[in-house]
Amino acid sequence: MTARPSRKTSSSTFALAVVAAALAAFAAACGETLYEVPVETPIPAKLDVAPFQRVLVAGFVTGGTEDVDANQETVRLLRSQLRTKSELRVIDADPMPLNEVAQEQNKAATAAPVETTGSTEGPTVRTVQDTTAATVLPQKIKDEKDLEPYDRLFANTAYWKRIGEEYQNPLIVTGTVLFVPRTSSGLVTRETEVYDGLGRRRVIPQRVYMERKGFMLRPKFIFIDGRTGATISSLSRREEALYNAQNETPALSTYFELMDRIVPDFLGTLSTQKIKGTRVLLK
Amino acid sequence: MKSSRSFAVVLLAAAAVAGAGTSVLADARSDAREQVDFGINVAQRGLWREAIYRWEKAVELDPNYAAAFNDLGIAYEHEGQLEKARKAYEKALALDPNNTNIRQNYDLFKEINDRAAQPKDKQ
Repeated sequence: MTARPSRKTSSSTFALAVVAAALAAFAAACGETLYEVPVETPIPAKLDVAPFQRVLVAGFVTGGTEDVDANQETVRLLRSQLRTKSELRVIDADPMPLNEVAQEQNKAATAAPVETTGSTEGPTVRTVQDTTAATVLPQKIKDEKDLEPYDRLFANTAYWKRIGEEYQNPLIVTGTVLFVPRTSSGLVTRETEVYDGLGRRRVIPQRVYMERKGFMLRPKFIFIDGRTGATISSLSRREEALYNAQNETPALSTYFELMDRIVPDFLGTLSTQKIKGTRVLLK
Repeated sequence: MKSSRSFAVVLLAAAAVAGAGTSVLADARSDAREQVDFGINVAQRGLWREAIYRWEKAVELDPNYAAAFNDLGIAYEHEGQLEKARKAYEKALALDPNNTNIRQNYDLFKEINDRAAQPKDKQ
């Protein structure tokens, strides 16, 4: 009675030894020795920032929820990231209230069409178009459509050139940030823990109906040459986070969660980033 | 009788030439392997430029040495020479298309390389 299990054990040990020997023989036959090494691949910046020594994160036209001051938070976050992960010197200045600036520029364009009207036909027509557009700049920005008319602010090279002169010709980072609440309901796949009769734990996917809510973040970063006021590049991203409707996730923490996904791309535009990984060296 | 003897002589000569060829190839691989070993040693200590020098020598000595091209690809990648890295990995794969380690290195490299080549304005 006791001999049987021991014979079984010895036979399974033998089988294992045979498999191990076969694997070793196979490896030897392949003649391959592996060495795993850590590597850091440098990814060059997408934008040539060599002409600039300083960067001004000026401010953003923002819309959506009022639970988060997206202008203040975005300026603060980008500046702190640039301080540690870029060679450019970051200019400390109060974030510019660009929603108001755009409104003022719009008002000025509406109020003074005659003064800016030239004697030739071209400028006259353009001023009339500007005046028409000026009347539709929405006070409250709720979605992407409301943001569109604000793009004219970033095309105003004279304005940005003046800002550039004020801060000694830096690279200017500005743009728009839309941070809006989102709700969704429907079937989602969740992993559920189940225990069988023997108390063993298993995780199985389960389709369940769920009400979810969260936020969508859509920043558009615009990079402006402070010497000329002209836009040199832009980067748009869209990220969304939805949680179980019963969870009360604060808007600010969702904002940071979403910005965490976006910041690497932003930094990759301005500075060389190193991507860590491992590779296998072969003999 | 005479003809069979001369046939044997020819056969022997051919075998000698073939043997010499094989020995030259074996020497090239052996010299290249030395360079690869040295390169691995220095790369593990972070001396990637020296490793590149060694592995470039290895592929010069033996242009069919897939492992050497793979190692060279890794070193170029680490030094940010992405175009050279791509060529080295592709050469390694061409020489040894079924090598899963080379394939895995190349796939990881491609993921990064594609990200580096992304357009500036993306949605």
